[in-house]
Amino acid sequence: MNQKFQLAATVIVCLFIYSCGSSPQTPSSTSSSVDSSMIKPEANAGAADSKGTGKFTDVKLTHPLDKKMIAAGISTYDIKCGACHRLTNEKLVGPGWKEVTDRRTPEWIMNFITNTDEMIDKDAAAQAMLEKCMVRMPNQHLKDEEAREVLEFMRQNDGKN
Amino acid sequence: MKQISLALGTVAVIAFLQSCKMKSAESAVKGDAAEKAYVAPGKYDEYYNFVSGGFSGQVSVYGLPSGRLLKVIPVFSVFPENGYGYSEETKPMLNTTNGEVPWDDQHHLDLSQTNGEQDGRWLFANANNTPRVARIDLTTFKTMEIIQIPNSAGNHSSPFITENTEYVVAGTRFSVPMGEEDVAISSFKKNFHSTASFISVDKTSGHMNIAFQIVLPGMNLDLSHAGKGPSHDWFFFSSYNTEQAYTLLEVNASQKDKDYIIAVNWKKAEEYAKAGKGKKIPAEYAHNTFDESKQTATSVIEKEVLLLDPKDCPGMVYMIPCPKSPHGCDIDPTGEYIVGSGKLAALIPVFSYTKITNAIQNKQFEGDFYGIPIIKYEAALHGEVQKPGLGPLHTEFDGKGNAYTSMFLSSEVVKWSIKDLKVLDRVPTYYSVGHLMIPGGDTKKPWGKYLVAYNKITKDRFLPTGPELAQSAQLYDISGDKMQLILDYPTIGEPHYAQAIPASMLKDKQVKYFDISKNQNEFVSMGEKKTNVVRQGNRVDVYMTAIRSHLTPDNIEGVYVGDEVYFHVTNLEQDWDIPHGFAIKNSTAADLLIMPGETLTMKFTPQKKGIYPFYCTDFCSALHQEMSGYLRVSLKGSSVPLKFSTGVIADATENK
Repeated sequence: MNQKFQLAATVIVCLFIYSCGSSPQTPSSTSSSVDSSMIKPEANAGAADSKGTGKFTDVKLTHPLDKKMIAAGISTYDIKCGACHRLTNEKLVGPGWKEVTDRRTPEWIMNFITNTDEMIDKDAAAQAMLEKCMVRMPNQHLKDEEAREVLEFMRQNDGKN
Repeated sequence: MKQISLALGTVAVIAFLQSCKMKSAESAVKGDAAEKAYVAPGKYDEYYNFVSGGFSGQVSVYGLPSGRLLKVIPVFSVFPENGYGYSEETKPMLNTTNGEVPWDDQHHLDLSQTNGEQDGRWLFANANNTPRVARIDLTTFKTMEIIQIPNSAGNHSSPFITENTEYVVAGTRFSVPMGEEDVAISSFKKNFHSTASFISVDKTSGHMNIAFQIVLPGMNLDLSHAGKGPSHDWFFFSSYNTEQAYTLLEVNASQKDKDYIIAVNWKKAEEYAKAGKGKKIPAEYAHNTFDESKQTATSVIEKEVLLLDPKDCPGMVYMIPCPKSPHGCDIDPTGEYIVGSGKLAALIPVFSYTKITNAIQNKQFEGDFYGIPIIKYEAALHGEVQKPGLGPLHTEFDGKGNAYTSMFLSSEVVKWSIKDLKVLDRVPTYYSVGHLMIPGGDTKKPWGKYLVAYNKITKDRFLPTGPELAQSAQLYDISGDKMQLILDYPTIGEPHYAQAIPASMLKDKQVKYFDISKNQNEFVSMGEKKTNVVRQGNRVDVYMTAIRSHLTPDNIEGVYVGDEVYFHVTNLEQDWDIPHGFAIKNSTAADLLIMPGETLTMKFTPQKKGIYPFYCTDFCSALHQEMSGYLRVSLKGSSVPLKFSTGVIADATENK
């Protein structure tokens, strides 16, 4: 009787599930814009030689500095960056830009400017900055060449040649 | 053992019934309705549904089939939520020849078309009370243009468009004298006219202009639709009160067995206008346009309009008798059949375009109405749908040869076959349906999967909310032979007509933010360095920027009681969905909601001395609560100098 009881129960349960037609669960798709707090920073992503995540893997620096690029970089800075970043060491909303070209690789800087959200979500150094500043850096939608011009301006600001 | 099995079986059946919620016999909703209307979290709807707001004056946007409210687009009413009609940039949009009109009654919508099919460029909206037509851009969901209609009142049969959006029409529900004549109301027959205005639409910019107005005898034009395909050159208007009553219309305008469908050959009208058959008369009307590059509206008062009189333009207008006080006037996707819904008739007359043209050719007329030939009813008639229900109002089409008519009195939607005029199906609505809408259902290419009924009476459909209830909309699946009710949802204001378009035609071309480098607003601050405070007499211009999470300048002093302070706030963000708000204590304007890359201006006239905090009203970041500042207002004549800053901390000894 015990066995039959079990059998009956199983059949009933099966029937119940079947006839209610619960549709098969599709695996939850992983979204690209995941809540940053849910992601553990990768162990070595914060290293000083990190290039970050994005399309820039090899930025060629030229010497001496390109004056035209610097001028364009300044005008972009004035409109899109200067509200939050000082040119000194002082942190305003974001960190001051003094010595940023020593702290970060050119690739990391340009990736952070152009691929801001993914960097904040995945890059350990960017995440560490978020914890300090408490504001996600906005993606200001700079074109690639504008990002490069801003980088040239940062180099000038750091006394590079 | 047997007993136990039986008991188990019973329990199982009960459990099964319970958890699957089998429907009782009286329920109108079938088991799979929820599944059909369900759009899972994170998934998109199939259609954008634009719904007129009626007495709200706005247009709301829903997703179908979920019935989710996506947006309210401010059009004819001020909108404190984002400052529409309050900000200096948008005030001119609501300007008229009678100054700023803060409200209207928004009835009908029409999506722009090319070759009779939706093209997803613009949405047109009418204002019934102070006659106007608006054009909304479908990449920004913003009202870009509003044109006032002179010689008009009760702009009801509007804003329906021709097949290639050549024209938007505006027809008068209330006849009035031309111009602003002061005449006795009882001189209606002599002095009152209805007009049908044709507003041309520029193919590229969408810019509207009143091309001509056709002057018609005094009567009430109700609704309209353009011909398509073979009937491309024609526009059809329904009319009531051809009795020409001016009091107790309820009785006095319901005397005749038939009123008219008015057939206007707009191509011919166009030719007559070009040939100089019209008469230019002085007529003032406001023409308001919003320039996206300057993010600023301007209002121009136009001075004249071209009138066409049917007497001077033979072959331009014909009257077709239609029982009885017809309301809807709808053309099937082939362009051959014209459905007049006689709201007081117990039948639906369907006219044939071929028969109408034959009747005109063979002069099958039965007299004239103020000189306009009346085509014989039988000569124009394709046939009548017998006993469809009570109070037929509006008809839409599914593109499969079927028509769907709303029945106001009998609260139902009736599906019938255009060819043989047989009723095929009927479903109840809850309650007293007015307009109905099938996506693309008034075009050559209806999408035909859903039908929405917009009901006038809600009663017991939702949780009660005091005397005023939200109007109910009902979504039906019409993909099968039988219509199936799948969703009920409340709407904003009082929806009249609506439109819907596949999401795929709009979603990928949405503007996400405005490129700040292209911002040509006169008062833009191109970066924080350009912020400033400038006094000229008692006018103070504050050039301010907003970015997460501060306003610059955030300390302003040296403003006096009675000054006119203009806060020009530029949002420096260049990222989607990061608007900033701006509000200042005791302001009599509304909030500003500034999209990324945009500049908006609030005028503030402080009445009393004191400290006025201002802040960002849109929760923008973790430091949003910190995004604030102070304005110091001193008495007039005080010596406090004009001063502004951000991040400057006074010397500790200064205030000792």
